[in-house]
Amino acid sequence: MLPYMTSSFGNMHSRTHAFGWNAEAGVEKARAQVAGLINSSPCEIVFTSGATESSNLAIKGALNYIKKNKIKKPHVITTQTEHKCVLETLRELEDEVEVTYLKVDNKGLIDLEELKRSIKDNTAMIAVMAVNNEIGTVQPLEEIGKIAKKNNVLFFCDAAQGVGKIPIDVNKNNISLMSISGHKMYGPKGIGALFVKNKVRILPLQSGGGQERNFRSGTNPVPLIVGLGKAAEIAKEEMKSNFEYVKMLAQKLIKIIKGNETQESKNDNILPFVIRNGDENGYPGCVNLSFPYVEGESLLLSLPGVALSSGSACTSQSLEPSYVLRALGTKDDLAHSSIRFGIGKFTTEEEVVETAEKVKESVTKLREMSPLYEMVKEGINLDEINWGDN
Amino acid sequence: MIIMTSRQQILKLYKTMLRESQKFPSYNFKQYAVRRVHDAFKENRSLTDAKFIENQLKEAYRNLDIIKRQVIIGQLYSTEKLVIENIEKNKK
Ligand SMILES: Cc1ncc(COP(=O)(O)O)c(C=O)c1O
Repeated sequence: MLPYMTSSFGNMHSRTHAFGWNAEAGVEKARAQVAGLINSSPCEIVFTSGATESSNLAIKGALNYIKKNKIKKPHVITTQTEHKCVLETLRELEDEVEVTYLKVDNKGLIDLEELKRSIKDNTAMIAVMAVNNEIGTVQPLEEIGKIAKKNNVLFFCDAAQGVGKIPIDVNKNNISLMSISGHKMYGPKGIGALFVKNKVRILPLQSGGGQERNFRSGTNPVPLIVGLGKAAEIAKEEMKSNFEYVKMLAQKLIKIIKGNETQESKNDNILPFVIRNGDENGYPGCVNLSFPYVEGESLLLSLPGVALSSGSACTSQSLEPSYVLRALGTKDDLAHSSIRFGIGKFTTEEEVVETAEKVKESVTKLREMSPLYEMVKEGINLDEINWGDN
Repeated sequence: MIIMTSRQQILKLYKTMLRESQKFPSYNFKQYAVRRVHDAFKENRSLTDAKFIENQLKEAYRNLDIIKRQVIIGQLYSTEKLVIENIEKNKK
């Protein structure tokens, strides 16, 4: 990125001078690098400010086109566990668009049969994310793509958490539109991309100089784009080894905290009653654990120096339990006691071991202060208690 | 550039890369660089195709330059030590 902030500072859209050519070459290389990661053609990549913008552009842009040219009130099928950038965008359109929010099972997976049943004459788009940002669940993209193709509807995929971490092939999965985020694959913040399949029509959201094939007017942030391209290239090269590494760390974390499935929960060395939320076959970099009888927020406060979160990054300001966990059927008290452990290629084994040990220590201490836990230890079934004030 | 691919030279490159990686001021980048260098050499340990070895070596020299540059940039903007680094130090 550095040369593009110093010596190659030209505006890539200024075709009449050499500085501009240099910048353009950098951007076109990055476009090819991003395309190479998802097996698309470079001309199908539109640079944006991130996955939030990409998802807005994909959903609003495609539906605006469809409303204008094909269906007066199109129907969109999505899931209850999408990122807010999809859910809020669809909510904003609720007057003009009919939306079905698919339920998910206790692992966070959609039911493909329910998806098929939900398709109607006016269905225009299926919007399902690749990897969930809170629980790591990976949706069956290939099957969803097949259903979309068979029914001739668009398949929009928010793959911010998936691209660069797991193999995602837009052709194999028959994806029409896909959001990509720079900072989710170790690239710069404030840059992302939207994959727009050849021949898929979308209307731009902003008017201006017609950059990015008129899909996204505005001068391109050349250094950020070059950084995203390089991140995509490195991600492709390292994907397999990073995945194995992250998986090893995740297994280690879980093993230290809650032990193996076969281990007795009475074992002194592990924490009893810990629940893993989400799908253990999902992306391992996102481990979501519930520690019953402990408030997630109190646990975080008791772990200074450790960067973890309760809920999702964007909603952790609110003390509402995560809507993703609720959609899995997790009870509110368990959702309140959940913590997300994000593991990436820069995470070290020492950090994982230290975090796991500290979590065990803090949970044990906090539980000692909990009257509920006292009751559980005495063998009282809390679910059978009537807490009413009669 | 013609690169000699003697065993000794490869070993020297490996050691240089590890040494340079150790200079990262950021704990996480340092550990990552060391791990990647280690894994890459291990992965390529049994290569026999001379042309391929030469390409891999060229790539390694390119990466060595990147490590050196990033170390300098890292030193320009180093940050406070992480909790884990102090724990590690106390252990030693
Ligand atoms: C699944 C998902 N979609 C979208 C986003 C938003 O991405 P960005 O920050 O690039 O707008 C994120 C990340 O925060 C995410 O995890």
